[in-house]
Amino acid sequence: MRLQGFGQIDRSSPVRFEFDGRSYGGFAGDTLASALLANDIRLIGRSFKYHRPRGIVTAGSEEPNALMTIGQGAAANPNTRATTQELYDGLVARSQNAWPSLGLDVMEVNDLLAPFLGAGFYYKTFMWPKAIWEKLYEPVIRHAAGLGALSGQDDGQSYDTGFLHCDLLVIGSGPAGLMAALTGARAGKRVILAEEDFAFGGRLNAEAEEVAGQPGPAWVASVIAELAAAPNVRLMRRTTVTGAYDGGTFGALEQVAEHLPSLPQGAPRATFWRIAAGRTVLAGGAHERMIAFRDNDRPGVMQASAVRSYLHRYGVAPGRKVAVFTNNDDGWRTAADLIAAGVTVTAVIDPRAHTQHDLPCRMIHGGVVTRAHGRLGLDNITVRKPDGAEIKVDADCLAVSGGWNPSVHLTCHMNGRPDWSEDIAAFVPRPGAVPGLIAAGAANGMFSTHGALRSGAQAAAEALDIKPIKVPQAEDATFEITPFWHVEGPGRAFLDPQNDVSVKDVKAAHQENFRSVEHMKRYTTLGMATDQGKLSNVGALAIMARLTGRDIPEVGTTTFRPPYTPVPIAAFAGRAARDTFRPHRLTPSDALSRERGAEFIEAGLWHRAAWFPQPGEDWLAACNRETTMVRETVGVADVTTLGKIDIQGPDAAVFLDRVYTNMFSTLKVGRVRYGLMLREDGFVMDDGTCARLGDQHYVMTTTTAAAGQVMVHLQFCQQVLWPELDVRFISVTDQWAQFAVAGPKARDLIRDVVAEDVSDESFPYMGCGAVTVLGVPGRLFRISFSGEHAYEVAVPARYGDALARALTERAEALGGGLYGMEALNVLRIEKGYITHAEIDGRVTADDIGMGRMVSAKKDCVGKVMSERPGLHGPERCQLVGLRPLNPDAAALHAGAHLFALKAEITPDTDQGWLSSACYSPTFGHRIAYAFLKNGRARHGETVRVVDRTKGTETLCDVTAPMFYDQEGGKLRG
Amino acid sequence: MRLTCPLCGPRDVREFSYRGDAVLTDRPTTPEGFHDYVHIRENPAGPHDELWHHGAGCGGWLKVRRDTVTHEVLSVALAREARS
Repeated sequence: MRLQGFGQIDRSSPVRFEFDGRSYGGFAGDTLASALLANDIRLIGRSFKYHRPRGIVTAGSEEPNALMTIGQGAAANPNTRATTQELYDGLVARSQNAWPSLGLDVMEVNDLLAPFLGAGFYYKTFMWPKAIWEKLYEPVIRHAAGLGALSGQDDGQSYDTGFLHCDLLVIGSGPAGLMAALTGARAGKRVILAEEDFAFGGRLNAEAEEVAGQPGPAWVASVIAELAAAPNVRLMRRTTVTGAYDGGTFGALEQVAEHLPSLPQGAPRATFWRIAAGRTVLAGGAHERMIAFRDNDRPGVMQASAVRSYLHRYGVAPGRKVAVFTNNDDGWRTAADLIAAGVTVTAVIDPRAHTQHDLPCRMIHGGVVTRAHGRLGLDNITVRKPDGAEIKVDADCLAVSGGWNPSVHLTCHMNGRPDWSEDIAAFVPRPGAVPGLIAAGAANGMFSTHGALRSGAQAAAEALDIKPIKVPQAEDATFEITPFWHVEGPGRAFLDPQNDVSVKDVKAAHQENFRSVEHMKRYTTLGMATDQGKLSNVGALAIMARLTGRDIPEVGTTTFRPPYTPVPIAAFAGRAARDTFRPHRLTPSDALSRERGAEFIEAGLWHRAAWFPQPGEDWLAACNRETTMVRETVGVADVTTLGKIDIQGPDAAVFLDRVYTNMFSTLKVGRVRYGLMLREDGFVMDDGTCARLGDQHYVMTTTTAAAGQVMVHLQFCQQVLWPELDVRFISVTDQWAQFAVAGPKARDLIRDVVAEDVSDESFPYMGCGAVTVLGVPGRLFRISFSGEHAYEVAVPARYGDALARALTERAEALGGGLYGMEALNVLRIEKGYITHAEIDGRVTADDIGMGRMVSAKKDCVGKVMSERPGLHGPERCQLVGLRPLNPDAAALHAGAHLFALKAEITPDTDQGWLSSACYSPTFGHRIAYAFLKNGRARHGETVRVVDRTKGTETLCDVTAPMFYDQEGGKLRG
Repeated sequence: MRLTCPLCGPRDVREFSYRGDAVLTDRPTTPEGFHDYVHIRENPAGPHDELWHHGAGCGGWLKVRRDTVTHEVLSVALAREARS
């Protein structure tokens, strides 16, 4: 019911919205919850497990019940709290977990079955038969117990992430937060004020209070105006600080568009901020807790403070006949405010025998509410008077106050535990629990308005080591409470309405010996719902304390973890989604390759052309054609992705001698050498060629996959191991476009584009040097990864596309053309070159037949450890080639395992594995590389290749790990 | 968490990667020391010297003294200068 003369809503801006298919009216400044209550809607959802009818309990982010799906289609937002959802024109909300309708939900049968569905029921009930759990029980239970669901479709919207920095982060903008922000702002500090609500002011918007002689909201407006005018202050509404992390870092979710009918062009739906704060004041307020009694979850039972919020902020009376049940002064305030607003208060029930309160309404001191009545909405309550007599009291709304819990959550995110305060019967933050953070106001157990103002100013002054500012006048009453948690009696008294956990469940946990608070939590699932037990945890601790004969601080608290309120996963991801999930590295020949219809393969971040299908060709046909083309004429492949590191300095040669197993100081200028690198533990790290361009100038190439790792390793060697060496290096992978030109006609092609003489005399096999490539200064390396007469030609990257086109055009004129990664792989397997399929981090130089490349004349990284027993010799699996006995055998794939001919197939008899396999068009059958136990001594033997994942077995002859041109004549010719 | 790179200033931890115990700075000069150098690590609850690499920054290797219990960073130095 809307009340005239109350609230801060904008009555000149009416809006329409839809709830479960029906249209209603509200005002700008309403939340969905306040608008629903203004329309006298109390039933707003069904509970998680028992499908009990539920209503709005709170007016804030701690709301356990009022979870709705907002919006329609792909971008529909499930599990949104109606208490924080701003109303806008055209908003569409749907209730959750009810079918066919909220009023008639067939799953409500669960409520009748409740005696069988208590805590842990599924552990006990669905044990047999075991196999049915995954297929039947679990899916059925998950379907029955549920919240809203995502659409499963791409919402087409973007999220963002960002960094913010400040001297003082103030979390919460109630009286304490505003004073903290003012203190920092006036001292010229960089201040961020984060408020989860869409309005600044906290409880000052929800109470009839004055600050500095003005109504609360007016004082808030004046403070916000001053802060907004200060260039050193950033005001962030709709921003929830969700977690506290190391080094003064805080996570914060800023809702950008949930209050708008549609997302503005280019705007993110939400932004996840990482805030680096010098100091922090936590002024996040407190949550009012409930009292457990029978059927206390009936729609209409709500926090006493929430009733005041709806009254003062939204001009809404949540009921026409309101009763109040309170164990502290706060409930009385609700009754007084309602009476002042002309709302009927049918009774105030306080379990304390005496208070100083005297209101013009029925007051029942020493009484308790034993039961709420009204299935779909509260009708009346049963009250037990001090003399034991039970009476019925009319009420369509029951305002409950069981005391206040300071929002200690953030102070526990770095493993801190809160302290119990007897004065307020609640946990308060332990000072220093988060370094640099001071709690103030209600978050620190300071419940009076003046106390909050004062402690906010003091906290900021202490944090920043400055003088506090003057504190304005305000209410400064003391807070009186007598702890009261639970009205004993039959039936179910709910503690955690979101997960449907009742006092009975906590008792069951105790009975089954799950008495540690963490065990109780997991057994009952109390506090494990999306509200993380903001309303329920302390009540459950009190019950457990009583059952175990301990006091509450002894029972302890469960662990609060980030996030404080739910954060969409998409917000953490920010822009790292869809096509921008990670960078795309494109080769210089990318445009050309796409023009030629290439299929691509991702290699790390790189997109490399895998094959170039001609009409009618599948990948294998294209690969075979490209392979044969290279063997017979000439092929061009983009090899820019290989890591290129330019190394210079007087000690460059010494440095390379230490990082490679073999010698590079003896390499002549103008020559290239193949090099092998080990890790310090003696296993192979990477391989590649290294060219000496000058006396003090080398260019190292690495494999595509290990380019980053090798660069970091070189930096380690130079900075940490041998800083005395005068050597510098830099990655030039992106600076040089490089193409392999391979095949019997390679020299014909190269001669056509390189100005210099490329005869065997000037550019012999493994020669290199600076050349002019079609008028551009470039580099030529006569190296081969195919076994053919081959070159790699490099030009500055900006000429890469032009050179790729020039090379391709000339290759095609010679009967050749482009080849991709698939053919490149076949060519290298035929020739016996290795890749990271072979050097996978588990093999030694000796395993791959390169033991003699570890020079005896010098030390190098990994040398000492490579000499350990067990890292070489017949017990090791060594690199061999495999050739199937049946040339038509198709089942030869990497990952298969090797066994002796007559051996049983067991892990114990395993003799090795296949690392690479392909169909060789050159030989007309499949070939493979494998690591075979003592393999070098077993050439000519026949082994079984067993592929358990494909269910195949193939007999193969063991060969030398090189099939093509073993004499190497083609390379040199 | 942030680290103050001696070359780049205070930067978010995501620019860095952890690269192991700082014993890696003391590469043995004789074969006997390598077993311990490669394999043997302390696992202290408290201050710990470790190596970090500023991969998304200057490429510097840093020697960081960090409390493994509180994550407090006690000192950061270039590894080349912090060698014993």
